[in-house]
Amino acid sequence: MMSHWQRYRVAFTTIAVKEVRRFSRIWIQTIVPPMITTALYFVIFGQMIGSQLAPIDGMTYMDYIVPGLIMMTIITNSYANVVSSFYGSKFGRFIEELLISPIPPSLILIGYITGGVARGLIVGIMVTLVATFFTDLQVHNIFVVLSVTTLTAILFSMAGFINAVYAKSFDDITLIPTFVLTPLTYLGGIFYSIEMLPGIWHDISLFNPILYMVNTFRYGMLGVSDIDLTLAYGVIFTFIAILYSFCLWLLKSGKGTRS
Amino acid sequence: MTMATTTALSITGLTKTYSNGFNALKGIDLEVKEGDFFALLGPNGAGKSTTIGIITSLVNKSDGTVKVFDHDLVSDSMEVKRAIGLVPQEFNFNQFEPVEEIVLNQAGYYGVPVSEARERADWALKALGLWDKRRNIARALSGGMKRRLMIARALVHNPKLLILDEPTAGVDIELRRSMWSFLQEVNRMGTTIILTTHYLEEAEQLCRNVAIIDKGAIVTNTSVKQLLATLDRETFILDLSEPVEALPKLECNYPTTLVDPHTIEVEIHRGQNLNKLFCDLEKEGIKVTSMRNKANRLEELFLDLVEKGDGQL
Repeated sequence: MMSHWQRYRVAFTTIAVKEVRRFSRIWIQTIVPPMITTALYFVIFGQMIGSQLAPIDGMTYMDYIVPGLIMMTIITNSYANVVSSFYGSKFGRFIEELLISPIPPSLILIGYITGGVARGLIVGIMVTLVATFFTDLQVHNIFVVLSVTTLTAILFSMAGFINAVYAKSFDDITLIPTFVLTPLTYLGGIFYSIEMLPGIWHDISLFNPILYMVNTFRYGMLGVSDIDLTLAYGVIFTFIAILYSFCLWLLKSGKGTRS
Repeated sequence: MTMATTTALSITGLTKTYSNGFNALKGIDLEVKEGDFFALLGPNGAGKSTTIGIITSLVNKSDGTVKVFDHDLVSDSMEVKRAIGLVPQEFNFNQFEPVEEIVLNQAGYYGVPVSEARERADWALKALGLWDKRRNIARALSGGMKRRLMIARALVHNPKLLILDEPTAGVDIELRRSMWSFLQEVNRMGTTIILTTHYLEEAEQLCRNVAIIDKGAIVTNTSVKQLLATLDRETFILDLSEPVEALPKLECNYPTTLVDPHTIEVEIHRGQNLNKLFCDLEKEGIKVTSMRNKANRLEELFLDLVEKGDGQL
């Protein structure tokens, strides 16, 4: 006779494996494009334009933007994985397979997050490998690198989940990435230090949560950051706690999934 | 099969009002005994799928209680879910996944260990004639195969209560009959089955008990035998060997209609016999080559109940 925990372990593994298998099966659409796009960023911004710019925090422009671009890839891919997978399962109605099964909502959520984190990190690693063709990468603090990438992927997987729950059409799953996520990412200190911004824009930038993730990751790689690390981790954990509670409420109440 | 003693499903005062104000269920009560093969019948929009949706946690109820094998749907939802296998009306699996993976994933969601899941999946796929297609992408299956896939998926965790929402819709007669024998076998092995169907012949062939639901209320809930016993008339169609231009007045005075020169329709009430009818036809020189029911018996009752709307025959 299996215990609840053993059954839940099997259920969680099934969801996680299914999610990883889903994006692995279509690797040409999920893994390869971010590598090509980021390689173009490295060539255009890092080499062509960057070579004309002055160093930032003592780093060449190429070295400075590499962590930000890796983080951008992790953010967009963890988000994209969950939003497309969960909305797809709603659209094809196979979310019902999970809803009728004896799986606690938290486990369904963690299963989807696992898929998002896996894709975010795998694509992040691939982009990092691409970056080695353009610059000599260094790691200042491996613990910070691993923790902030994982936490960021978790956070944006949940953001993707919320988008998928509210989405009523395939258009709705592209609106948030286009009009919210991309601007926030570009303005999150990937291409510049916020210390270069004039007063009001510097202060406004501090309300952008992505700034904290990019800077923490940059600290992990290069040892420089515009933001205090404790504050950055505080912001990330707070957002994770808020989004997790909200996602769980959405699943339990059946918002967007049950009538 | 052993006679049932416990209750598989108990519904009390179940109501459902959708956000648009539509009152889909108006306080229904229903009880299905363990081991039963139960039919839930009703016209489109009667509330069948809403009832099933609530039992299977796909629809939130507005009020009332639902218990499955004494486990409450709200306070003990995991046990309720574990006991149920669902075959929905519409295809709800990932069409891009291989058949075997769909069935194995469902077992995984129910916490069935991989080795046991594989054993159960093999059994279900073989029993439902999908073994050769197990590595095919689900989208490539025919409609009938997709329906069987949903039955295999619903059975893979060995549920105590199997709920089938129009399982044979759009399935050809031969396949429908093979699905019937499979479901009868599953029921004989001890699984309680609740079936909604538009094919009333299906309910008559398979089910022991029946509830008819209309406009969100249970119109009748009884055994199929008892329901059929209340039928007070049947309409027969007689095919004639020679054409007749007009129907002669028969001594038996049974209501008859000449449908076309080769076909007569006759209504026989309880207590009346067919011998008298055939004698009269013989006297008039009318030769009958074959005879059949105009409609399925349950269908006549169903239409009566739904048209009257008060459950009175």
